[in-house]
Amino acid sequence: MNQRKMGDLLPRLIPILAVLLALLVGAVMLALLGTNPWEAYRALFIGAFGSTNALADTIVKATPLLFVGLGICIAFRGGVLNIGGEGQLVTGAIAATAVALAVPTWPGWIIVLMSLSAGMLAGAIWGGIAGLLKAHLNVNEILSTIMLNYIAVFGMNYLLRGPMMDPLQIKLGSFTPQTARLPRSVDLPRLIPTRLHLGAAIAVVLAFAVYVLLWRTTIGFRIRTVGKNLRAALAAGINTKRYMVLSLLLAGAFAGLGGAVEVLGLHHRMFTDGSAFGFTGSAGFNGIVAALFGQLHPIGTIPAAFLLGALLTGANKMQRVMQVPSALIGALSGLIVLLVVGSEIFHRRQIRRADKRNSELEDAVDAKEDS
Amino acid sequence: MTWAVIVGILSSGIRLATPYLYAAVGETIGQVSGVLNLGVDGVMLMGAYVAFFVALRTGSLSLGLIAGAGIGAMFGLIMAFISVTLKAEQGISGIGLYLFGLGLSTFLFGVTIKNVQTIDGFPDLAIPALSRIPVIGEIFFQHNILVYVAFALVPIAWFVLNKTPFGLKVRAVGQNPEAADSLGVNVSRVRYLTVTLGGMLSGIAGASLSIALLNTFQQNLTNGMGFIAVALVYFGGWRVSGVLLGSLLFSTVNAVQLWLQVKGVTIPSDFLLMMPYIVTILVLAAMANRRVNAPAALNKRFERGES
Repeated sequence: MNQRKMGDLLPRLIPILAVLLALLVGAVMLALLGTNPWEAYRALFIGAFGSTNALADTIVKATPLLFVGLGICIAFRGGVLNIGGEGQLVTGAIAATAVALAVPTWPGWIIVLMSLSAGMLAGAIWGGIAGLLKAHLNVNEILSTIMLNYIAVFGMNYLLRGPMMDPLQIKLGSFTPQTARLPRSVDLPRLIPTRLHLGAAIAVVLAFAVYVLLWRTTIGFRIRTVGKNLRAALAAGINTKRYMVLSLLLAGAFAGLGGAVEVLGLHHRMFTDGSAFGFTGSAGFNGIVAALFGQLHPIGTIPAAFLLGALLTGANKMQRVMQVPSALIGALSGLIVLLVVGSEIFHRRQIRRADKRNSELEDAVDAKEDS
Repeated sequence: MTWAVIVGILSSGIRLATPYLYAAVGETIGQVSGVLNLGVDGVMLMGAYVAFFVALRTGSLSLGLIAGAGIGAMFGLIMAFISVTLKAEQGISGIGLYLFGLGLSTFLFGVTIKNVQTIDGFPDLAIPALSRIPVIGEIFFQHNILVYVAFALVPIAWFVLNKTPFGLKVRAVGQNPEAADSLGVNVSRVRYLTVTLGGMLSGIAGASLSIALLNTFQQNLTNGMGFIAVALVYFGGWRVSGVLLGSLLFSTVNAVQLWLQVKGVTIPSDFLLMMPYIVTILVLAAMANRRVNAPAALNKRFERGES
C-alpha cells in the first residue's frame, strides 16, 4: 500500500524534480565556468522575489506564459502540437493595437473590450489556419505553425515600419519601428502600484474557465477524446476534423489574447526588433514549457508559469549582478522540457502495470462467475 | 537582369543550399528510421557556436569542423536517448532540444566570446579545369570545400539508404518496427545510429554557417534554418533527391530575394522575406495527399512486446 502511494506521488513530483535537476546542471556549468553558482542563484532569487517590484515583475513576466500555456493545454489535450505561440502572440498584439489606435476617442472600456476581442480573434485565425491545413490538407501542424510564426513576424515588421509607424517617429525622422502610444484610456488598470496589471488576473480566471471547458463540457470531452484516441473518437461519431481545427483555433485565441494583454497592460504600444523575440521574449515557446511543467493541466499551469516567470525575471538580475548571461535560463528551460517528457515513461509504465492488475482482477472475477 | 546577375544568383543559391543540405539530409536519415527530430535548429546553433569557438581559439578550421560535428553527434545522442530509450513524445522532445541548444549556445557565447567577431573561414576552392568553364564553372565549381561535400553527401546518402543492407534496416525500422524487430533487427540500435548521425550532420550544417559561409557567430545565428530543414524533409517526400531539389529551390528563392533587396525593388522586403515560408506551406499542402513515401512509424514510439 505504501509503495503504491509512493508510485502515485512520483509522477506528480516529476516536474519539481526536473526543475531541481536542471538547476543542478546549471550550477555545475556555472562552477565550471568559474562563477559561484550559489551567488548566481541568490541573485536570481532576489531578482525574482526580493521586493514587491521584483515579485510584480515576476507575475508580469508569467502572464503571457500562462495565456500561451492555457492554449497549449487545449491543443496538446486535443492531440495537436501548437508551436505557433510566437506568431499568435504577435498577430494578437498587432490586431489589438490597430483597433485601439483606430478609435482612440471612444470610451475606454469599449475600446479595451474591442481591442482584446480583436487580439483573440486574430490569434484564433492564425491558429485556425494551421488547424484547417491539418484537418483538410494533412499538413503537419508543427511545421505549419512554425512557418506561420515567420510570416507573422515579417507581417509585423512591414506594418510597424510602414502603415502603422508612429507619426511622431516619421516627423522626427528617427523611424523607430513602433506604433504611437495607445490612448491612456485603454491602459489596463494596475493591481498595485507596480507594473502588475489586470492581465494576470484575467489569465488566472481563464485558467479555471479552461478547466471547466476541458473537463465539464461536451466540447472539452470531445477535444480530449480526439487527442487521446483518434480511432475511438471516429468510431464514436465525433467530427474529428472539426475538433482538430477547434483545438488549434482555441490555442491561437488564448495566445492572441495574451499578445493583446501585453500591449494594453504592459507596453501600451507595439514595437519590433526585427524578430519575434523583441516583443514576445520567447513567451510563445516558454508557454509550452509552462504547460508541460504544469502537466498540461490549466490549473497546474498557473504555478508553472509563475515559476518560469520567476526564473526569467531573476535571470535578468543575475545577468546584471553576476554577468551571467540570462540565456542560461533558456537552456535550463529546454532541459526541463527534455526531463519532463523523458520521465513520462515512468508514468506510462505505472499505468500499464495498473491495467495489468485490473485485467488480472477481471479475469479472476470472470473465472469466479463462470464456475 | 544581365548574365552576370543570373550567374551570381545561381552561384549564391548553390552556396546557401549548403546548411540546408547537411541538416535536411541528416534529418531525412533519422525520419526514414521513424524518428522526428524537431530540435535541428538548436543542434545547428550548438554546432555553429562550438565550431566557431574552437576555430577562433586554435586557429584551425578543421578542428572547428570536427568539434562542431562532435557536439552535433552528442546532441543527436541526447535526442536518441530521450526518444528511443525513454520513448518520449518526439515533437515535444525536439522543442526541448531546440530550446536547450538555443539557450546554451547563447549562454556560452556570452561567457566565452562576448561580442561578435569574425574569422577567415574555409576559402573558396576553384576546381581545376572545371571552374574555368564559362558560366557553369562560376556557378558550380568556385566554392569552399564544405559546399562540395554537402552536394557529394546527396548521392552517398541515397546509396546508403537505398542500396546497402544498413539502409534496408533503416527503412524497415521506419516502416514497420515490429516486423523488423521480429526479424532480428535491433530497432533501438538502428535509431540510435541514425539520430546520432543526423545530429552530427546538423552540427556540420551549423559549422558550415559559422566557419565557411558567414564566418561569424551571434545569438540565434540560424534564425530558424533548422526548422526549414525539417520542412524540407517532408517537402522532399523523404527522398534525398527531393530534399536536394527543395534545398536548391529554397536557397535560390532566398538568393533572388537578397538580390531584390540589394537592388531596392519597390515590393516591401518583408513580403519577399515572407515568400519562402508561404511557399513551404503551399508545397506541404500540395504534397500532403501524395505521401506514399512517409515512414509509417514516424513519430510513434516503439515498445517491444506491445502488440
